Amino acid sequence: MADSQPVRIPVNSIKTLPKLAGTIVLVGPPNAGKSTLFNQLTGLRQKTANYPGVTVEKKQGRLRAGNVLLDAIDLPGIYSLSPASLDERIAVDVLLGRQHATQRPDGILAVLDATRIQQGLYLLRQLLDLQLPLVVALTMTDASQRRGLRLDIPALAERLGVPVVPVVATTGENLEQLRSALAEIPHTPTSQRSHSWPALQAAARAVLAKAPPRTSISQVEIERALIDQHSSLAVELAASLGQSAVTELATQSQQLFAAAPALATEARYGHGWARDQLQGLTGDSGFVSTIWNRMLTFAQQPVPAMLLFFVVMFMVFQAVFAWATPLMDGIDYVMSGLGQWVQSLLPAGLVSSLIVDGIIAGVGSVIIFLPQIMILFLFIIMLEDSGYLARSAFLMDRAMRALGMSGQSVIPLVASFACAVPAIMSTRVIATPRERLATILATPFITCSARLPVYALLIGAFVPATPYGGFNLQGMVLFGLYLLGIFGAGITALIVNKLLSRGEHTSFVMSLPDFRVPNIRTVLMQLLDRVRVFLRRAGRVIFVVTVIVWALAYFPRSEPAAIQTASDSSVAETRQNEQAAAQLENSFLGRAGKFVEPVFKPLGWDWKVSSAVIAGFPAREIMVAVLGTIYAVGDQADEQTLAQRLTESTWPDGRTVFTLPMVLGLLVFYALCLQCVATIAVMRRETNGWRWPVIAWVYMTSLGYLSALLIFQLFS
Amino acid sequence: MTLAELRTGERAEITSINTHDPTVLRLMVLGLVEGVSVVQGKSALGGDPLEVHVAGCALSIRREQARCFEIKQ
Repeated sequence: MADSQPVRIPVNSIKTLPKLAGTIVLVGPPNAGKSTLFNQLTGLRQKTANYPGVTVEKKQGRLRAGNVLLDAIDLPGIYSLSPASLDERIAVDVLLGRQHATQRPDGILAVLDATRIQQGLYLLRQLLDLQLPLVVALTMTDASQRRGLRLDIPALAERLGVPVVPVVATTGENLEQLRSALAEIPHTPTSQRSHSWPALQAAARAVLAKAPPRTSISQVEIERALIDQHSSLAVELAASLGQSAVTELATQSQQLFAAAPALATEARYGHGWARDQLQGLTGDSGFVSTIWNRMLTFAQQPVPAMLLFFVVMFMVFQAVFAWATPLMDGIDYVMSGLGQWVQSLLPAGLVSSLIVDGIIAGVGSVIIFLPQIMILFLFIIMLEDSGYLARSAFLMDRAMRALGMSGQSVIPLVASFACAVPAIMSTRVIATPRERLATILATPFITCSARLPVYALLIGAFVPATPYGGFNLQGMVLFGLYLLGIFGAGITALIVNKLLSRGEHTSFVMSLPDFRVPNIRTVLMQLLDRVRVFLRRAGRVIFVVTVIVWALAYFPRSEPAAIQTASDSSVAETRQNEQAAAQLENSFLGRAGKFVEPVFKPLGWDWKVSSAVIAGFPAREIMVAVLGTIYAVGDQADEQTLAQRLTESTWPDGRTVFTLPMVLGLLVFYALCLQCVATIAVMRRETNGWRWPVIAWVYMTSLGYLSALLIFQLFS
Repeated sequence: MTLAELRTGERAEITSINTHDPTVLRLMVLGLVEGVSVVQGKSALGGDPLEVHVAGCALSIRREQARCFEIKQ
């Protein structure tokens, strides 16, 4: 009788799942707090990919607004709809619904900085004319109050005809109010606001009237083409507009702008409009937090800012060694425990060796550097988020120009302490092509996080941790290697400049953000993102290479079932080690290593080191994984760490392989060499050809080889 | 007198702009247009570039470009 009873659930107790109701885009000037707000709104429901065909990041997430869900896209920062770089062009294309594989947005969340409200309104005027539902989030209202600025927000919203919600993105204040304003977007009809610039609208309508009937081109697109007559948008539109519309476009533009550049006319008009909107709404509140302001002013002055920069950089390298050690010991303990556990479970042989000597030893030897890499990234993200990097770009402009770069090169150069790939992408902000090329060729010299495992392993094993005046010698050697990278970058930029300079005009235009305390949430989210990328690499590329290297070292087997399980006689153990070493020497890897050994012998490298270096050419950190695998296969796996095994490694005649001159040479080789396929690929994409990546590879590899040769021969 | 000659802490109004230098257009978009009031900030090491404050934001501008902006105090 119980089974015949249907289960009844009262309808009102079923929670209706929120429906996906559309896509909104977050738009705003750079440094307006857009990403912080995006993180606050979407939480962990976000993903980062690239726009198709280009290396511009597309940050997408999903947010709850009232009882609906909205897809949100965080666009690159823009000051206006006239793009000056690739990132900005993508942002404008998405807004105009011209970006391939990205849906035209259903609404806009404009994120404007209250302290720079006029600059924000300049962009907002152009956004309003897109005639999409729009909500304004006003950020930095706390900073604006500290500066003694007053803004009548309800009156501004009234004038603009759109909701304006003041938010404090760092604390999440007023976020609910913003969510309910966003919830209205799907219900807002495509608006018919009065146009902010009637003359431009009339001109665009006149052009559209001459266009072929049923054209898919919108009035807004024509408006942008009228302003930016030589942009890629204008060129693309001209192709589909037809001759009479193109003629009309030229006539209208002549009438509207006469001889002045259209962009200058728009700038005058737009800033005039912005001033009119603010008329009578802003003022001095009389409240100024002077201590904070004085601190800011002091820290932003040239000399204190430079000193602070060097102190911070020095602390980073100390921290990388001092703070990471306990964490690394922990990972090491877990990894070797895991190896022993697997070994105890499986019978000795192929499978056991693959898992223990190949995968665990190889991948583990890279994973162990995760704490150091996290510390490095943490500092770089904080420097960026605090506005410090932008300020250094300004301060260093003159010095950078002496080297043939621009102040804006500082940002890619600092970013390449983490990785040269995003750094090379970020050179797009540099307006002068020669300065940009010099920066692209200089960045791979800067010590990236992939060099860190190699440095850490070799320094940790061969440089004594003697304290000198409170600082650890290992940290100082590491700092020296970083300086070498900076030096190499500078010299290279100087050479490029000498060879290519034609005395052209250069420019350096950027908005300088105030210093601010980095937002913990934003910093952690970015850190998490970087860690994910690192682990994915360790999980894929390094995993595959490790297994291949293990196989090359394991096959062909010299004697069938030669290695027996441990015997307690020490004679047997020695014999066993000799057997294993002979096996490795006769393996494919051993033969290949022996083949290239003559090339690297003058540098003091035996065939094991040579084959690890060769394997490391696609990606530097693989070298550590390969050393891990080679030395795990060579020795009978015991509790020794990789560093210990390296110290005990000898030439056939019993001399130590890892002497101090050899290690120093190897470190310098790594400091100067371009061993990174990803960097080469991004160089090719950003310079449109193979010429510069090939030149860079040959130049850097020869420089590395010759320096290592010099050091080994001089000091041995 | 041009923007390049303004001293730290001094205020002036932009009267006319030489728009023949294309890099100047970008500065105009950022707010340096005729009629606005600007305050000269501290210049970077070596006296170049300059920091110019306009409508609540700080812009970095090289001396070479600053010469395109005519001002009156």
